[in-house]
Amino acid sequence: MTAIEIRGLTKTYQVGFWRKRPKCALRPLHLNVEEGEIFGFLGPNGAGKTTTLKLLMGLVYPTAGSARILGCEINDPLMKAQIGFLPEQPYFYDYLTATELLEYYAQLSGIATKDRKPRVSEVLGRVGLPDAGGTQLRKFSKGMLQRVGIAQAILHNPRLLFFDEPMSGLDPIGRREVRDLMEELKQAGKTVFFSTHILSDAEALCDRVAIIHQGELRGVGAVADLTSSVESKVEVVWLGNSVAASLKTLAPQCHVTGDTVRAVVPEASQDALVDALRRERLHIVSVTPLRTSLEEYYVQKLKPSEAAAGVRS
Amino acid sequence: MSSRIPHIASNTFREAVRDRVLYNLIAFAVLMCGASILVGQISIGIERLVVINLGLTAVSLFGVVIAIFIGIGLVSKEIEKRTLYTVLSRPVQRWEFIVGKFLGLAGTLVVNTFFMAIGVFLALLYVSHRVQAADGWVLVALYFIVLQFLIITALALFFSSFSSPLLSAVFAFSLFVIGSFAEDLRGFAAMAQGVAHWFATGAAYLVPNFSSLNVIGSVAHGQGVAGALIFSETAYAIVYAAMALCGAVLIFERRNLK
Repeated sequence: MTAIEIRGLTKTYQVGFWRKRPKCALRPLHLNVEEGEIFGFLGPNGAGKTTTLKLLMGLVYPTAGSARILGCEINDPLMKAQIGFLPEQPYFYDYLTATELLEYYAQLSGIATKDRKPRVSEVLGRVGLPDAGGTQLRKFSKGMLQRVGIAQAILHNPRLLFFDEPMSGLDPIGRREVRDLMEELKQAGKTVFFSTHILSDAEALCDRVAIIHQGELRGVGAVADLTSSVESKVEVVWLGNSVAASLKTLAPQCHVTGDTVRAVVPEASQDALVDALRRERLHIVSVTPLRTSLEEYYVQKLKPSEAAAGVRS
Repeated sequence: MSSRIPHIASNTFREAVRDRVLYNLIAFAVLMCGASILVGQISIGIERLVVINLGLTAVSLFGVVIAIFIGIGLVSKEIEKRTLYTVLSRPVQRWEFIVGKFLGLAGTLVVNTFFMAIGVFLALLYVSHRVQAADGWVLVALYFIVLQFLIITALALFFSSFSSPLLSAVFAFSLFVIGSFAEDLRGFAAMAQGVAHWFATGAAYLVPNFSSLNVIGSVAHGQGVAGALIFSETAYAIVYAAMALCGAVLIFERRNLK
């Protein structure tokens, strides 16, 4: 079953005070997310990821297009009882304790009175805050708030989860725990749709990813399929402390470190470079195929200067 | 009523209490104690009149300030701090959120007024040393003050649904001041001619009529309030607050929460 079905979703804001002018935040987006998969929504800052999530949550209204979640319209309360949402850099009612906040959300989600307290304790334990339930949220660190945000998203055991930058503000251990949690959710048959610009997280977790840039979908598919479309490269290392001119034409990007030279070349140039090294009677130390990462595909889909600003791996 | 509205209302009440809004009761208690002692010493024969006038006016002003300054932030603060995102992504409709917020603040004001009313009656008891039958009309005046609060809260929420907190405060306070002179405005409209007549009449009936909800003067002089007036003012306040609330819902339903 299709968990999320997006058909030409478009959002244009009117900006400016006196003279309003249109600013397109999302160009017609067509996307399907199947039930049970972890789907990564990637893109640099300002690409349109949060706008898409806000549209799906019914927080902003589309200029054109439509979307269905779990087969229902976006603002269907029955559908909303089956989804969980973690906003980017979440902020909560800081006069409440973590337990009070989660009990409030449990009430709004329609969790039965007798189930509320045990469920709240369970999710607080699940996000690593078993002893922080009685502390007011104004005393929480950014990372702890992120954990509370995840707790409120999974509180009512939803079928589909939307996470906007779930690793934001978390330390390496916290990031690992969230990754484990997302894996567990998938094992439990849940669908996870999360936005991120941390490509290593997406690569490690996602069944499929979509790349969005300047409000436009640039690519979508399984990580392996996407990376296979990128030209493979090999790393060739040989002994030497300088690079002959004949070699520079075959391997323009050489790095000399001590008495070794390292070059990364397209797989197609590998044989020619090895032959050239043999002709020069240089000792080849290694020839290693390089695994094509999602980052390379991502960079290819974005202009280099823009990608550099948005990528953290 | 939706099962979610009481939860939103009780959370709004809890927010007001935790933000120490009810601390205004301390200031009110100090005011009433000071006024009672002072009035007892300087007024001869009109202690009750002064205490009722001062007490009820203070109840009204304290409540109006709370209604405006909390009411204007009820929606805008939630949008600005993005606390609304995790509420509206649940099975909560936007109108339920607005109505819940309104009821929460109205509840806060009723509780606040209840404690202030106790203060007024204690001050009355202090200056007149006995309970009188006419004191019952003070309760009616307090009821009318609560009706004013309902209208102001709904108006603050209405302005909060589309403008900034500062502008909302200016609009709500301006309407409170103009509404307090609504009877004068209606008198002016009756005397005006031509376009001015239609303009003044429209404005007079558009602004909330707080002057007819103010019976402090007559109650202080021991005069009663007619049952028909209580009924008509109740109906007026409910209809006016409901219309302002509907306006807030209509605007908020269409608003993009950027």
